[in-house]
Amino acid sequence: MDKIIAIIAMALVTYGIRLGPFILFGGGKQTPEWVRSIGGVLPPAVMGMLIVYSLKHIEILKVSSSLPVLIAIAVTTVLHLWKRNNLLSILSGTAVYMFLVQRLF
Amino acid sequence: MLKKNLKMAIPYTIPVMLGYLSVGMAFGVLVVKSGISIWLGVLMSLFVYAGAMQFVAIQILTSPIHLIQVIFMTLFVNIRHLFYGLSFIERFKRFGVKKQYMIFGLTDETYSLLCGITDKSEDELEDLYFIITLLNQSYWVIGTLIGGLLGSVITFDTTGIDFAMTALFVVIFIEQWLAADKHLPALIGLAAAMISLKFFGPEQMVLPSMLLLFSALLFLNAKVKGGESNG
Repeated sequence: MDKIIAIIAMALVTYGIRLGPFILFGGGKQTPEWVRSIGGVLPPAVMGMLIVYSLKHIEILKVSSSLPVLIAIAVTTVLHLWKRNNLLSILSGTAVYMFLVQRLF
Repeated sequence: MLKKNLKMAIPYTIPVMLGYLSVGMAFGVLVVKSGISIWLGVLMSLFVYAGAMQFVAIQILTSPIHLIQVIFMTLFVNIRHLFYGLSFIERFKRFGVKKQYMIFGLTDETYSLLCGITDKSEDELEDLYFIITLLNQSYWVIGTLIGGLLGSVITFDTTGIDFAMTALFVVIFIEQWLAADKHLPALIGLAAAMISLKFFGPEQMVLPSMLLLFSALLFLNAKVKGGESNG
């Protein structure tokens, strides 16, 4: 199959998915109440899901795989609760993680 | 005006920059190593713009596969994005044509960043959202290009840099936790993903966790409303 056609199909489907809710509920009409309340509680739930999703390849029972993650998340969390500076927390957590997986584990 | 907005937007996007440049580069390297033209890789980063899906796409483009399969594969990998727009319907109604691009660019990371902005007035949000979306995609495209061009020449050990994405999600999770008066939605998200990971494995977890999460939130919503009308 032509590669370009496959790419066009992937592009259209992906955009279609992202556009979906706006077509369904984005018209001139009032957005249904349940959609608004779900839309409001969705971000924290999705963020929780994405944390797990981004770590899906970590083997929990293997210390060399899970310990760097736990330490780096702890560093990120503590630093963030302390300073509330997004960039500082993320950069430090990432640096700690990179150091751990490259040098120690 | 643009300069002022850029200055405001760039700090928000630095975590995504780290992640997208490195993962984009990994994608670019893989594209070239799989014998696909770098320009097709860049084309995908420009017009498909979906991280995980583009890695799947490399396999699709190098094997004989039917168009119908391509469509269903894309649906399954990206269906979680169907829910993201729900958080922006009301706000985007006030936005002009730029919102078409913002909807196109609503990736996991962009969604997270936009959800995380709570300290700006409504008037500032349209331009800020737009520029953040645009910057994020630029990082992704530039990463793809660098990866495809330099490929194996890169010697800097970037192992583990993708943790920037996890850290970004953790930080926004904490911010939303501190701002919320109810923590059940956040816990539902964690639990739904862990259960799905356990039972469906890393490659199949996305759709079940999204469905589980969404039905749990719907149930919770119905229960809260039922409680209100009873009491």
